[in-house]
Amino acid sequence: MAYSEKVIDHYEKPRNVGSLDKNDASVGTGLVGAPACGDVMKLQIKVSEDGIIEDAKFKTFGCGSAIASSSLITEWVKGKTIEEAGSIKNTQIAEELALPPVKIHCSVLAEDAIKAAISDYKTKKGA
Amino acid sequence: MSAMTAQQKNELPHTLQNRKAPIYLDYQATTPTDPRVMEKMLPFFSEQFGNPHSRSHFYGWEAEDAVEIAREQVASIIGANPKEVIFTSGATESNNLAIKGVAHFYKDKRNHIVTVVTEHKCVLDSCRHLEQEGFEVTYLPVKENGLIDLDLLRETVTDNTSIVSVMGVNNEIGVIQPLKEIGAICREKGAFFHTDCAQAVGKIPLDVEDMKIDLMSISGHKIYGPMGIGALYVRRRPRVRLVPMINGGGQERGMRSGTLPTPLCVGLGEACAIAEKEMGAENERLRRLRDRMYQSIVGRLPEVYLNGDMDQRIPGNLNISFAFVEGEGLMMGIKDLAVSSGSACTSASLEPSYVLRALGVEVEMAHTSLRIGIGRFTTEEEVDEAVECIIREVERLREMSPLWDMHNEGIDISSIEWAEH
Repeated sequence: MAYSEKVIDHYEKPRNVGSLDKNDASVGTGLVGAPACGDVMKLQIKVSEDGIIEDAKFKTFGCGSAIASSSLITEWVKGKTIEEAGSIKNTQIAEELALPPVKIHCSVLAEDAIKAAISDYKTKKGA
Repeated sequence: MSAMTAQQKNELPHTLQNRKAPIYLDYQATTPTDPRVMEKMLPFFSEQFGNPHSRSHFYGWEAEDAVEIAREQVASIIGANPKEVIFTSGATESNNLAIKGVAHFYKDKRNHIVTVVTEHKCVLDSCRHLEQEGFEVTYLPVKENGLIDLDLLRETVTDNTSIVSVMGVNNEIGVIQPLKEIGAICREKGAFFHTDCAQAVGKIPLDVEDMKIDLMSISGHKIYGPMGIGALYVRRRPRVRLVPMINGGGQERGMRSGTLPTPLCVGLGEACAIAEKEMGAENERLRRLRDRMYQSIVGRLPEVYLNGDMDQRIPGNLNISFAFVEGEGLMMGIKDLAVSSGSACTSASLEPSYVLRALGVEVEMAHTSLRIGIGRFTTEEEVDEAVECIIREVERLREMSPLWDMHNEGIDISSIEWAEH
């Protein structure tokens, strides 16, 4: 199966690989997927006082398309408000990376990951 | 070959346009045709093009002579009589013909078939079809090392069993089943013993008499012969009878009609002759290369697991799980190596290898496995380059893996409640 150039680029030079301190109150962590399904994504965001995503990091276990989807979404959410980031759709990711139909679930996972990170951040902030 | 024009190049499939060939480490998928084999085949495409079944002229006779020499060469490597060897299009056809042919011929006396869960898809699918026709099929499990339990086989085979089909060498994990012991059990129970030896011929010593094998499937392209040719050994004493799948001119003793492809038969014969002569030395060389590769990998990477028995295994195969690194992602990283993955994320099913699952390998772990196959043309330099490439990428991807982090923090990944998707 041939990968698109954008998938290869993100796979070979992933953006924002790493971790943020999950105990920091301004950090939201999303962990989605399952090892048995062949992909797990951890996506973390650091949110400023005024609700802007200052930093985003990811770690992903999965195929090239899963790694590329998570790398791309960290690029996209940086500088966005959490509302804007939460409205990113998997179809936008799939389109940007030209994912084939069997890899659409990778983009779904990336959307789920950012939503989970935002939800974690809100829970922490509310508590 | 003369240089191609830009336009000619554009008309090629994209994989051939800018061909920078990776190191080939997938010898269980197919093998390149040995140049010595190809050389023997060539005249039968041109000058000696006759139909081997033409009885009335020289062209037919010389083609027939060549086919019969090839038949002797195939028979020789398995200790059979040439009359017991019929040519087919490959091991898939041989397996279909052996299992369906015997099952159908003896169905009034015996309607039970025994096979193993780790068999090749073409064996399992043939059995499924027979089940739909009303045959009873038992799929034997395997032990953790990939081998069958002989006591269980003995209990399973009854006087209602017409055929037992167990492969010689597994295509994914390279493990060698105890053929001689299986043959003895089948003979004792009066069931025919069929073995798919597509991956075994030329890799392990085979003797149909000593092993009491009644039918054996052979493939050309797994043993440095051409694609599109295989053979089926069918025992004459005691005689094994089968219902043919292809009807026609009655070639191959009526079991497989159709004009024999002389150049392919010659290629398969020569491939067998070379394998018979060189198997000992080749196995020794491959074992050294395989051990070098395996030792380097396990010596430098933690959390690496070998799938399948190490001792009862052909030297040309490694099947390794690299925990916390997904197999398809890894394959993309080692694009300079042509290997195969046990993670079936590339296929539509998204299910990991059923062979690894049958050994009891967890789904998580099955997703992290690679099958590495080395063979006749693999060099020590290639092995060393492959080792460096694999280690570099596994380390890079582990740095990127949330599961690797959790493992290092002492979190048991199986204790987490993962949301399935």
